[in-house]
Amino acid sequence: MTESTGGIEMEEDSAGTVKKFAFVNRKAPYGTIYALESLEVVLISAAFDQDVSLLFLDDGVYQLKKGQATKAIDVKNFSPTYRALEGYDIEKLYVERESLEARGLTEDDLVVPVELVSAAEMAAIMEDQDVVLSF
Amino acid sequence: MGKADMLHIVNKSPSEKNTLESCVRHAKPHSTILLIEDGVYGVTKGSAGEKLIKQALAANCTVCALWPDLEARGMQDSVIDGVKQVDYGGFVDLVAESKNVQSWL
Repeated sequence: MTESTGGIEMEEDSAGTVKKFAFVNRKAPYGTIYALESLEVVLISAAFDQDVSLLFLDDGVYQLKKGQATKAIDVKNFSPTYRALEGYDIEKLYVERESLEARGLTEDDLVVPVELVSAAEMAAIMEDQDVVLSF
Repeated sequence: MGKADMLHIVNKSPSEKNTLESCVRHAKPHSTILLIEDGVYGVTKGSAGEKLIKQALAANCTVCALWPDLEARGMQDSVIDGVKQVDYGGFVDLVAESKNVQSWL
């Protein structure tokens, strides 16, 4: 009976279909809008109960840097949001070790617990996805 | 009143663009290099900019970074020694005091 939904069989078709989504974050925060936009889409995807992974590499690792204080540039500090992702069942955060090291950073510099992976492991994670969204 | 030499402004991360590298390659002694926005990552220890900044300091360039941008990015505690931190007022002063300004886009 599809009349009640205007002929759209969304329930039947989408229920139970879980895809693996990876969000590839390669930009520093604040200099461009990419990091914030990525986070917005990640939160939307959480509402659809998908299998979400966040990948941080290149300048994207700067998004997770501790101690961000944006009052003086009058921009919203969105770094605390990464700590809230756990509450949306988004727990797969992967950070590329090479990218951290190339920026003088360590795992201790990050706002959230993450899984440190090598570039080769990162590539394997990317290969393993149904959908890759790049920011 | 004699004005200071050229002011170079870099606003992109050294690991994303080569503007800092190009700027340092062209900055003459006694000129000033100001890092703003994502450019401030260049004055942090262990970054792709560290070598370039040390090279610029050794060549008697003055290197400044906008502290509101450093603080926004959580990089305020890893600034390379010898780099001066300025606020927006200091930014304006640098522009006003300089004979010429070049933004490395």
